[in-house]
Amino acid sequence: MVTIEDYGTYETAWCPGCGNFSLLAGVKEALVEKGLEPHRVLFVSGIGQAAKAPHYLNANVFDGLHGRSLPVATGAKLANPELTVIVESGDGCNYGEGGNHLIAAIRRNIDITVIVHDNQVYGLTKGQASPTSQEGFTTKAQPGGVVLERFNPIAVAVAMHAGFVARSFTGYKEHLSEMIRRGIEHRGLALIDVLQPCVSFNHLNNFAWYKKRCYELPRDHDPADWEEAMKTAMEWGERIPIGVIYTNDRPPFEDRFPVLAGGPLVGRDVDRAELANVLETYR
Amino acid sequence: MKKGTCNIVIGGEAGQGLVTVGQMISKILVRSGYHIVVTQSYQSRIRGGHNTFAVRVAPRFLEAPAEAIDILVALNGETVELHRKGLAPGGLIVADEAFGVADDACLKVPFETLAGDERFVNTAALGILCALLGLEREPAGKMLDEFFGVKHPEMMEGNKAALARSFEWTGARPEKLRKLPFAEGGGGKVMLNGNEAIALGAVSAGVRFCAFYPMTPATSIPLTLIGMAERMGLVVEQAEDEIAAVNMAIGASFAGAPAMVATSGGGFALMVEGVSLAGMTETPLVMVVAQRPGPATGLPTRTEQADLEFVLHAGHGEFPRAVFAPGTVDECFHLTSKAFDLAERYQGPMFVLTDQFLADSYRAVQPFDVGGLDQVRPGAGSAPIEAPYRRHAITESGISPRLIPGAYEHLVVTDSDEHTEDGHLTEDLEVRTRQVEKRLAKGIGITGEMLQPEHGGPDAPELLLVSWGSTLGSVREAASLLRAGGREVSTLHFRQVWPLVPDQFLGRLTGAGRVVCVEGNATGQLASLIRRETGFLIEERVNRYDGLPITPEYIVKRIS
Repeated sequence: MVTIEDYGTYETAWCPGCGNFSLLAGVKEALVEKGLEPHRVLFVSGIGQAAKAPHYLNANVFDGLHGRSLPVATGAKLANPELTVIVESGDGCNYGEGGNHLIAAIRRNIDITVIVHDNQVYGLTKGQASPTSQEGFTTKAQPGGVVLERFNPIAVAVAMHAGFVARSFTGYKEHLSEMIRRGIEHRGLALIDVLQPCVSFNHLNNFAWYKKRCYELPRDHDPADWEEAMKTAMEWGERIPIGVIYTNDRPPFEDRFPVLAGGPLVGRDVDRAELANVLETYR
Repeated sequence: MKKGTCNIVIGGEAGQGLVTVGQMISKILVRSGYHIVVTQSYQSRIRGGHNTFAVRVAPRFLEAPAEAIDILVALNGETVELHRKGLAPGGLIVADEAFGVADDACLKVPFETLAGDERFVNTAALGILCALLGLEREPAGKMLDEFFGVKHPEMMEGNKAALARSFEWTGARPEKLRKLPFAEGGGGKVMLNGNEAIALGAVSAGVRFCAFYPMTPATSIPLTLIGMAERMGLVVEQAEDEIAAVNMAIGASFAGAPAMVATSGGGFALMVEGVSLAGMTETPLVMVVAQRPGPATGLPTRTEQADLEFVLHAGHGEFPRAVFAPGTVDECFHLTSKAFDLAERYQGPMFVLTDQFLADSYRAVQPFDVGGLDQVRPGAGSAPIEAPYRRHAITESGISPRLIPGAYEHLVVTDSDEHTEDGHLTEDLEVRTRQVEKRLAKGIGITGEMLQPEHGGPDAPELLLVSWGSTLGSVREAASLLRAGGREVSTLHFRQVWPLVPDQFLGRLTGAGRVVCVEGNATGQLASLIRRETGFLIEERVNRYDGLPITPEYIVKRIS
């Protein structure tokens, strides 16, 4: 039986009060609830304070380049679909630098759980605007306030019929671990946008700001209803819905490769007789 | 025709089917036991423009393209205008009588009559060409069956009739025939271009994953892999961009699937951060760079050797690598396999540097003995595993034990940040120093496996020609032409351009009367590299950078 101890406890490089702590706990709880042993899980992360999260638990880890977690995770999942692959990184990594990869990953619908630490600011580089920063948000880099339209990851994902789209808030720990667990259970791309305060660089969207606005979707919200999901996805401001906003049952990308029906690509011998046959076709 | 060789150039617009005619005649020749060197020159467009497919053929070993044209098959009038001046003495133009070519050298063909239908004009051209070369009709008929029989069975009767009429018509003009000497070697060879051989070499070495973004002249590598993906158990994915492609390949390799990417200069520029990532995370990766003329978009469909310095230095920070530069289709196969072997054993990025000329150049190749070759085995052969497992453990060779995530209870952790032996990010500067030294230690092993440059001809010659990559055949043929003119000439060819081991070749440079470096670029990148690594300055250069391959004639003309 897998226990929370199997996932370990480590000293972190995070500021006291950071939302990352709740997220780390939520991730571990979801993995334990799923009974997943650490060596069957691969975390892929990028760059940023959020991207350090996989270093603070026991699992396989590929901590790569800024914005490039999704392609690394895609390659790893295709090489070995038996791995549970989780991408964990921030709003800058997934929505800024890696935006094209997020769009492509949604289109592929590969079975990867993408957990986005969304604190609406760049923390590691000390407080510049992120793609999800609110209009008017002032920083040293945007002294006159952000003028770019806020990126709405939920609306983009729902519009593109992503397999699983959810939002949570680090202030609601049980809700958060449930969203992560359901994201892992979903076969296909699962995007979980997690709102979290940045105690050092975002004094606008603080804990109280989120707490006041986040509300759980009513029980009768039907995540299979795309039009309803689109309406929910557009809701932001005084009230922010959290929960599973949209799901569908598109087959995951890895199921489309006949060669993967025979198991992982790992450890296979080259079929030399067949290669000789292939070579014969050039005669 | 010079010494039993014949240089056939088929010219026309894109979309006229000249590549199909070219491939068919090439395959007929290979099956009949001839050697070929194909040069494809095309424009970056789907229709129109002016393209050529050149086949140089000989009954004996042949390894270089030629410039002077023995038979020019003009599928349009423009081809005659553009290439008439390139005809060799006694050269023949084959053109539609309707083009009104007023030239004794022209075989004026009533294509409309011979083809019987405009759809069969190319078949008529094939028939005329085969008949001119003295080939039998039967292999040409069989080739038509193979190319069109399944797709267009309803057209086979018309095709065959056009072929028969063309053979008969040409046979009635014996003064125009350019019969090839009989090829005694017989058949038994396969016809492959450089990119197909790279793909086959990768599969033989155990590749399981390839990600790519389409870019000429590299695209035919992933397309060849896709063509055999189900038979050979491969996953090939068209990525959203080259950045994704290289990161996908790194992810697949980390997870245990031997992986590659293939691109050209501009796409490789986008992959460069990934090169550094593979170096830092010590992830095996084979990167094929098929060069075309730059900078930027340059001449997208032509050839050049101007990315040696780029590939050599690509990636921020310091980490070891090897760069192979195949000179023949055979080497495309074997050096790609070698790149996989080194990538796996030394756990990092290894490079195959080819170019458009070699990528598209069909040759007659002795089939590879694929039954007897080795494949890479990720995770096997590394140092013995001790618990706790440390992915980046310090060892004397610099090679750490590599495990595949998910295979054991050991956890595999790596990081693009500087990391501890167990793969977690660190800012401990002593650890940093040890990891740098560990990564660079692998370079000693890689250097120890450097392939010796190939030397041909007498020791201490009057003239030494130095070259690398796809110019091999042209340089060797130029040397033999110069020798035939009484010169004492040797060649020194690099099929691996990094790392360099000066002891292997410096004596060849200092021992020669004159040294000339032959390169398909403007600045002499190999010459600069040799200067940097040995101090030896090669002052004389033959460079070509007009987008066309270096030929023996091109070199000989420039050697005084």
